[in-house]
Amino acid sequence: MARPPAWQASAPLANLRRRAEIVARIRCHFAAAGLLEVDTPQLCPATVTDPHLQSIEVAGYGYLQTSPEYAMKRLLAGGSGSIWQIAHVFRGNESGRRHNPEFSMLEWYRVGCTPEQLMAEVATIARLALGDVGCVSHRYRDLFRQHVGLDPLTCSTEALRQAAQARFDPAFDDADRDTWLELLMSQAIEPHLGRDELCFVIDYPPSQAALARLRSDRDGQPVAARFELYFRGVELANGYHELLDAGEQRRRFAADLQRRSELGLPAVPIDEEFLAAIDSGLPDCSGVALGLDRLVMLAVDASALQEVLSFPCRRG
Amino acid sequence: MATYSTNEFKSGLKVMLEGDPCTILENEFVKPGKGQAFNRVKLRNLKTNRVWEKTFKSGDSLEGADVIDRELQYLYSDGEFFHFMEPENFEQYQASSDTVGDAALWLREQDTCTVTLYNGAPLAVSPPNFVELEIVYTEPGIRGDTAQGGTKPARLSTGATVKVPLFVNEGEIIKCDTRSGEYVSRVKS
Repeated sequence: MARPPAWQASAPLANLRRRAEIVARIRCHFAAAGLLEVDTPQLCPATVTDPHLQSIEVAGYGYLQTSPEYAMKRLLAGGSGSIWQIAHVFRGNESGRRHNPEFSMLEWYRVGCTPEQLMAEVATIARLALGDVGCVSHRYRDLFRQHVGLDPLTCSTEALRQAAQARFDPAFDDADRDTWLELLMSQAIEPHLGRDELCFVIDYPPSQAALARLRSDRDGQPVAARFELYFRGVELANGYHELLDAGEQRRRFAADLQRRSELGLPAVPIDEEFLAAIDSGLPDCSGVALGLDRLVMLAVDASALQEVLSFPCRRG
Repeated sequence: MATYSTNEFKSGLKVMLEGDPCTILENEFVKPGKGQAFNRVKLRNLKTNRVWEKTFKSGDSLEGADVIDRELQYLYSDGEFFHFMEPENFEQYQASSDTVGDAALWLREQDTCTVTLYNGAPLAVSPPNFVELEIVYTEPGIRGDTAQGGTKPARLSTGATVKVPLFVNEGEIIKCDTRSGEYVSRVKS
């Protein structure tokens, strides 16, 4: 089939109409639920410390945001109550069928909500686009036992390395525990998740908590109060029972910066205003970020984001 | 040689992996929800022709391989080596029978073919996609049998054997597709 000329939209108009329809339904949902729609900046002087996220730097101004999380938490600490937005976010060097360096994130926070209550609302939002699909929830630990045959919370790093090498052909020998876990998760487990129904993964290893608090699972093991949603093997959303402890948050930032320096990655300034907001007191809340483009992609049964984005990023 | 990071990997890029020159066939970016991203990369080892599927940590890099394709003229074989020449500057290259492989069956002296050079030495030889060669032996044709669609083997001047229609005779020149090893047509001399 002939490709359309480069100036034309990459997505068929029918998919752009479907996208508009889904966004309208989402807006309706949050308006009815009484959440405040907010609009936080994409260009900020500070950015995330996460060594696995590459912020795009804008000379003289700071960074394009990889997520509106810090700004939204500053609003929450200031007494906004539950809030939501659809934000354009930016991540350097993430390009592929399911990645575009600029994408739309639907992000919302519910004050006084448990992760379980928030997961129910995430399923409701997903169904606005995907129709009446079922929903299951699995512990990270159980998925690893089922698909890899190892307990990811207690097994040795060496066992993880061998499991990864037996299944794939990594071009590296030397990696830390989380890298082996992430390799197995992304390649041995994710493709099987959510074949016919929405699939939540809960109770992540504590080392992968990011901005979630820790809790004990039903076996008494410490886990992160973090969840992810998958549908047809595609990761759609990531949520937390939000960390409220500013000291702990500061320690995680410092550990990230340490890791960045070990990996030879550029140092980034810590967002002190975000930390000051947490210090002043973030209300107990759960929050989630959902990839809107991916949701539309699944709703129209497409296999690549290029089929639902008007103009996907092209490197100049 | 330059190094290339996983986000520069694209089809056709030549890189060194485990000491061998490879060409990249496919590169897929994969990332779990949070954490380390990976690139699932398909490469062809240019020495063994084997296809590798390797997983890289995104951001890792490989050294580029000094591999280039050159259009060279095939001169002759001395039994041990095949000799090629760059027609522009008359520079000569020799390749072993192992390197030339099955391409030898299609090489006619003076013809131009693609020689892949690795660090300046031939690594692989590809004959032209189409060659015109003389039939040196085939069973005599059956007169009038032009519509039946039967075939018979015919040996060509370079050593290849192809299936030809029954009406084609010894001494004729035929056009062949070297990729499939198939007869295409008779060539009027």
